[in-house]
Amino acid sequence: MKTQLNAQLSLLKQSRLKPLEVVFWLLAFAVPLLSPSHVLIINEIAIVALFAVSLDIILGYTGIVSLGHAAFFGLGGYAAALFAKLVMPDPLVGLAVGIAAAALLGLLASLTILRGSDLTRLMVTLGLGLIMMEIANKLGWLTGGADGLQGVVMGPLLGRFEFDLSGVTAVYYSLSVLLLFFMLLRRVIHSPFGGTLMAIRDNRLRAMAIGIPVNERLVVAYTLSAAVAGAAGALMTQTTGFASLDLFEFHRSADVMLILVVGGTGWLYGGVAGAIVFKLMQDFLSSITPQYWMFWIGLFLVVLVLVGRDRLIRPWTWWRAARGGKA
Amino acid sequence: MLTILFDGVAYGMLLFILAVGLSVTMGLMNFINLAHGAFAMAGGYITVLLMQRFELPFLVCLPLAFVGSALLGAVLERTLYRPLYNKPHLDQVLFSIGLVFMAVAGVDYFLGSSPQNVHLPEWLKGRTEIGTDPFVLGMGHYRLFIIAVCAALTVALQYVLTKTRFGSRLRASVDDQRVAAGLGINVNLVFLSTFAVGSGLAGLGGALGAEVLGLDPTFPLKFMVYFLIVVAVGGTSSITGPLLAALLLGIADVAGKYYIPDFGAFIVYSLMIVLLIWRPQGLFVRKGGQ
Amino acid sequence: MKRRNFTAAALAAATFATALPALAQDNTFKIGLILPMTGQQASTGRQIEAAARLYMAQNGDTVAGKKIQLIVKDDTSLPDATRRLAQELVVNDKVNVLAGFGITPSALATAPIATQSKTPLVVMAAATSSITQASPYVVRTSFTLPQVSVALADWAPKNGIKKVVTLVSDYGPGLDAEKFFKERLTFNGGLVTESLRVPMRNPDFAPFLQKVRDLKPDALFVFVPSGAGAAVMKQFLERGMDKAGIKLIGTGDVTDDDQLNDMGDGALGVVTSHHYSAAHPSALNKKFVAAFEKANKGLRPNFMAVGGYDGMRVIYEALRTAKATGKAMPSGDALLDAMKGQIFESPRGKIFIDAQTRDVVQDVYLRKVEKKDGQLFNVEFDVIKDVKDPGKTK
Repeated sequence: MKTQLNAQLSLLKQSRLKPLEVVFWLLAFAVPLLSPSHVLIINEIAIVALFAVSLDIILGYTGIVSLGHAAFFGLGGYAAALFAKLVMPDPLVGLAVGIAAAALLGLLASLTILRGSDLTRLMVTLGLGLIMMEIANKLGWLTGGADGLQGVVMGPLLGRFEFDLSGVTAVYYSLSVLLLFFMLLRRVIHSPFGGTLMAIRDNRLRAMAIGIPVNERLVVAYTLSAAVAGAAGALMTQTTGFASLDLFEFHRSADVMLILVVGGTGWLYGGVAGAIVFKLMQDFLSSITPQYWMFWIGLFLVVLVLVGRDRLIRPWTWWRAARGGKA
Repeated sequence: MLTILFDGVAYGMLLFILAVGLSVTMGLMNFINLAHGAFAMAGGYITVLLMQRFELPFLVCLPLAFVGSALLGAVLERTLYRPLYNKPHLDQVLFSIGLVFMAVAGVDYFLGSSPQNVHLPEWLKGRTEIGTDPFVLGMGHYRLFIIAVCAALTVALQYVLTKTRFGSRLRASVDDQRVAAGLGINVNLVFLSTFAVGSGLAGLGGALGAEVLGLDPTFPLKFMVYFLIVVAVGGTSSITGPLLAALLLGIADVAGKYYIPDFGAFIVYSLMIVLLIWRPQGLFVRKGGQ
Repeated sequence: MKRRNFTAAALAAATFATALPALAQDNTFKIGLILPMTGQQASTGRQIEAAARLYMAQNGDTVAGKKIQLIVKDDTSLPDATRRLAQELVVNDKVNVLAGFGITPSALATAPIATQSKTPLVVMAAATSSITQASPYVVRTSFTLPQVSVALADWAPKNGIKKVVTLVSDYGPGLDAEKFFKERLTFNGGLVTESLRVPMRNPDFAPFLQKVRDLKPDALFVFVPSGAGAAVMKQFLERGMDKAGIKLIGTGDVTDDDQLNDMGDGALGVVTSHHYSAAHPSALNKKFVAAFEKANKGLRPNFMAVGGYDGMRVIYEALRTAKATGKAMPSGDALLDAMKGQIFESPRGKIFIDAQTRDVVQDVYLRKVEKKDGQLFNVEFDVIKDVKDPGKTK
């Protein structure tokens, strides 16, 4: 009886908001005020963080490797942009439209990732991303094709806050949406549903054996992940007022996966931390060596993997031999 | 129409040579190496540089491209890849993408970003036409050369795999690494040589392909998708699998762009997705394969 | 669940808080030059930056008592990066002029920022007609595809070319080229039997050119972005199209000076139309080419470089003549007014910035690839003077 109570308590304790988390979010919202010249990059970081967190749902918590997550990002982005241009410019309704479109695609696409090995899934997700880009290109009369979609003017947020050149409205919009979805996903992860996802990730066969409906869970997880990615995409096109084929580009899918892995999978904050580190590094390196930031990012990744992801933050462990070497 | 078929076959064979190394190392070491394209690029650039700076003839540069890439592969395998064999696939993807970034930026820095031009020797520049309208078969001599070289290499590879001792050791290691090691096979050496040869073949493919596919620093990123398709559809447990997959891909791509140019690339990707859903382990894998 | 320290995130948050924005100086005139320095269009970025720096080296960095500062940013050809960089340049660095823009989507994405902040935007590379209409603050010094395409459509029928197949890259400039070439050729009594479009990403010209061969036209009209010209040329020769009697004509992007010398003798005789050739026989151009090659390790300037060079000239001249009160910096509107209507001699010939359309009006030359002193050049043999962008007169 007592052990059951203790187990329950410890599980509940994990899901409660830690003080450090509260401090982090307060800081996040305060930074645009403290440093107004960096508002634009904070906006980008928030959007990419949301995108990375959405990937964490399937990669970190369900163990599905995807190289085509940009398909949902792009669809959400174009849906929101087209909605603003053709129907009505309200940002929140547009956001909902973006989420709905991406979720629908996610639902359909989830049927393709149910079978096969890691490599198969990699290819199928990659293929989806590329196909979405081709479709957007073909429908040039609607999407603007390779030139991109112009004339996306957003109405004021909540009827009051205009999206202006300073980017203040944009950044708080993005941060709020990020916080909202983050808390929502946190709730999901710490629920029994989240537990089943992790079980599927760790050992699919065993999960099946104890009666978890694996395929059903995969579909739900994938759809949820797609919906959140769509939200990130919608934020992107709404805050920049522009949508182009690059939303679907392979490098976007690759970048977000790298961001998530750098920050740490299976730990929702990994997406946020990774986004901050990656974007800042990219901005910093681009400004000193505009031509060769790619090299230093590549080097960082290689070193990161060689040293071991969880040891990067503790440099004194670098020269100690890795515990638990080759099998 | 026949010309398109011919072009597709040439493209397919080239893709095969480029991707076969990836297929074997993936099957052998279970290592997802997205940096395979970088070795191909290395071979291409070695050829171009040797021809431009040292004025070596094209035919001499080809084996040198093979050797150069093979050496590069051997060195990298021993130093960087080996510690990573047992890491999760995600780490391997991360690592290899990092390598690609470094390769792309490095080449851009030292050699510039404009596409490189290969100056083929005169005897490779011609074209032969057989037949009458509408069944004309136009064969560019260079593509004929590619088909010939790749066919020879395929036969050689198949021979090595099935008839030599090294080949049987390799196959044993692919099937079950632990047991093979237990039988006294020097698995590390097998890995090293396989990786080196695979990278060498990629380099040769890059050298051959520079003329047809174009060579610039973004080559590994542009063509990585195609290599992966060949491996995913063809499976990693044989050579004939990737060969057939590459031919299928080459012909589908070229024919698609000719007959339905509006949907060219679309066809390849959709075909791939359909194939992978139907047969997740690859089209040509024997039952129970990896 | 793993325990993680938040130091990484907190540290990162702290680092950018300490990065101070550049202190704005009253007497510095800032030019925000946004170019693709890496990626597929990197050669464009490099050519333009080199030309801009050459102009500054030749003309000093002080105009009308103000010091000129050039801020170069790499947008890697991503339109949303261009837009963000432009926004940062305007809001943080308070630049007076935005310039560069290697591809059409980048220019189009940034146009609203120019309008909102009343900052002149000088397009030095992008070539779609509609760009100057995206904002009243856009001025162009490069060229437009319709401008150079109609020249060929006038020349071709007079030289035995009646049936043509067009092959263009599937984006703004390509579609512009296709449309205006077709219209003008049809007007002149010719016929475009088929219009093929090659995707922008991963272009593989072999199947398209095979199709052209099977269609057997008199000529193939090509437009591809600079950098892809060599690939087209190669495939053209490999398929034996010249031997089958099909002529290759196109806009000068196919025989880009940047790559021309490397294309080999197969490129000899190709006729193109463009606004600039490194072999243009004027004293100013000879000086320009020599100075450019000297400063850039023998790199030959191409039409992108001349767009950048002239763009700088337009900016300098605008600063010199703009109406401003006393020592103050001229406003964006004043600068824009001073840019409109400028007429001057450029290395390419005489050019003129139209006051109504803010687009460049220039001479378009017909050139043939010939060998001079062992190198391949586009040698001009005919000229159409003062071509206005046909895309606007419609």
